[in-house]
Amino acid sequence: MPEQVTGQMAAFPQPNVDTDVIMPKRFLKTITRRGLADGTFADLRFDEQGNALPDFVLSKADFRNASVLVVGSNFGCGSSREHAVWGLRQLGIQAIIGTDFGGIFYDNARKNGLVLPIVSKAIQSELLALASKPDVNALVDIANKTIAVDGSSFEFEMDPATRQALLDERDETLDTLALSAQIRAYEQDHFKNLKVKVAR
Amino acid sequence: MTAKTLYDKLVDSHTVTELPDGDLLVYVDFHIMNEYTSPQAFSGLAEKGLDVWRPEAHLAVVDHVNGTSRQGGPDPESRLLISNLEKNCHTHEIAFYGLGDPRQGIEHVVVPEQGLVAPGMLIACGDSHTTTYGAFGALGFGIGTSEVEHVLASQTLRYKRLKPMRISVNGQVAPGATAKDIIMHVIRVVGAGGANGYAVEFAGDAIVALDMSGRMTVCNMAVELGARAALIAADEVTTAACSGHAGSVFAGSDIEVWGSDAGADFDRDISIDAAEIVPLVSWGTSPDQSLPVDGYVPVLEDMQTPAAEQSLLRALDYMGLQPGQKLEGIPIDSAFIGSCTNSRIEDLRSAAQVLRGRRVADGVKAIIVPGSALTRVLAEAEGLDVIFKSAGFEWRPESGCSMCLAMNDDVALDGERVASSTNRNFEGRQGRGARTHLMSPAMVAASAVAGHIVDVREYHTAKGDNHA
Repeated sequence: MPEQVTGQMAAFPQPNVDTDVIMPKRFLKTITRRGLADGTFADLRFDEQGNALPDFVLSKADFRNASVLVVGSNFGCGSSREHAVWGLRQLGIQAIIGTDFGGIFYDNARKNGLVLPIVSKAIQSELLALASKPDVNALVDIANKTIAVDGSSFEFEMDPATRQALLDERDETLDTLALSAQIRAYEQDHFKNLKVKVAR
Repeated sequence: MTAKTLYDKLVDSHTVTELPDGDLLVYVDFHIMNEYTSPQAFSGLAEKGLDVWRPEAHLAVVDHVNGTSRQGGPDPESRLLISNLEKNCHTHEIAFYGLGDPRQGIEHVVVPEQGLVAPGMLIACGDSHTTTYGAFGALGFGIGTSEVEHVLASQTLRYKRLKPMRISVNGQVAPGATAKDIIMHVIRVVGAGGANGYAVEFAGDAIVALDMSGRMTVCNMAVELGARAALIAADEVTTAACSGHAGSVFAGSDIEVWGSDAGADFDRDISIDAAEIVPLVSWGTSPDQSLPVDGYVPVLEDMQTPAAEQSLLRALDYMGLQPGQKLEGIPIDSAFIGSCTNSRIEDLRSAAQVLRGRRVADGVKAIIVPGSALTRVLAEAEGLDVIFKSAGFEWRPESGCSMCLAMNDDVALDGERVASSTNRNFEGRQGRGARTHLMSPAMVAASAVAGHIVDVREYHTAKGDNHA
């Protein structure tokens, strides 16, 4: 991933937006990761006949192309479904700025190159105000942990492992398997106390 | 030696190594899968040419999409998810408890029944309610599908240590209040994201007094606080619950180890007076939007900020309620007892206690889905099914998540109001436009009889009175 992502901002200040709302259940019956863009925020974006609901921020002409969302607290809470993150990425969302996120959602984002800068409440308020205006771009600098908007710069937090994972884009599964010998050594000791064997 | 929290003991004892980027590599003793969050993990293995590290450490269960009126998937997409999981388990020699298997059921109900949880374990599952296992002094947490792939391939996860928080519920709850009311009260006090970034340990007399089923309800719903882990120290109740299973993982020896040391430090320490805990009901669209059942929907003047006002208005608009409206008396269309939060035998018994000799009100659709096939067998042996059926509840022959998240054919309609023993009152959770009121199984039973939200305490004193 590049060290920075740039895109138009949109404000979605509602708190506690859960992953059921981000990706409703009817889009979960799939064995692939594809085809989830239309499902993302589906019940907010479309009525039951599939007509666009004009009130939702990403339905508005001014914000249709936004790729950096500024959100309310506890965004991504609830269900573990990674489909929510896959869908957001497929809808073109690159970064979501908030004060705190659902824990599983936060980890899922990192695995899929979705950048989640964590900011203070004060910065969140400023960014929400900026993002409410059309055609305001944000430059999210992952390497330096700053967000540049309209000549102002805002700091954000991101734990070192998440930051590194986003920058490197390495395959974490393959990376871990390079440590197989250490895992085997751990098992040798651990199995003296506890070894699960599930009956088939 | 410095005093350690139970959480740190669990993390430390499972740390394989500290990674250069600051994450820990932790060992997963046991991993559970379901049909909808695992398919892409298996495809990931295939694409990378990887094997499963330790097949006997995994269990796959069908529970989320299957119908519960009859066996099978309700639609072709569901059937594909089920057959795909069976095929993947067959290929990798992983235990698969599918439809028709006497061990099948909701994953978090099945695991304790099969003796697959014990104090000191680390358990992961592609399901947020994996916090349930904290009830046993084990570290359980939900993971995404990419992490499912990671644990299948390496038996480990890259893990960030959480901050420890203790929530002590001291004293005795009010009569009629259950474990469900304890956790709903805690969520109301601490907030829906109040424990984001924390591992919560529950302590205090009101927690210790709970049986294992109640402790599971508390830890299960702790994820609605944002807690990525929820824990209760192991004690004699834990020992008793872990013993007596064929093939149990419980060695029985060092149970006293799995609690926090005296003087251990917590980043946050919250104390709650149990005497304030009464039967609760949710009125909004977030699990922290609940109130005592004899209360009233909040009014705008109660809100501190314009954002909170907006939030209240939005929730009330979705729920079809008015500010200041009395909660008791809100008419319901349906009643659902089930889910990993409240579908165990103890939950069914508490519902049966209310329903014995009573009838569901006319026009209310009432459903009970037992948490597992074994729970169903046990309930029928106790004659609970007869009580439910004579009361007018549908007693479902199959087990699964069913109307908790409505991935099967149990979908509530637009505007349908459901009294529900489940865990999430999110917009659209039980169906697009469906209105969920969370409450204990006994409260659901009482509300089904009344035809509207009602205080279960009236039903405990007036047992046998037919309100239908």
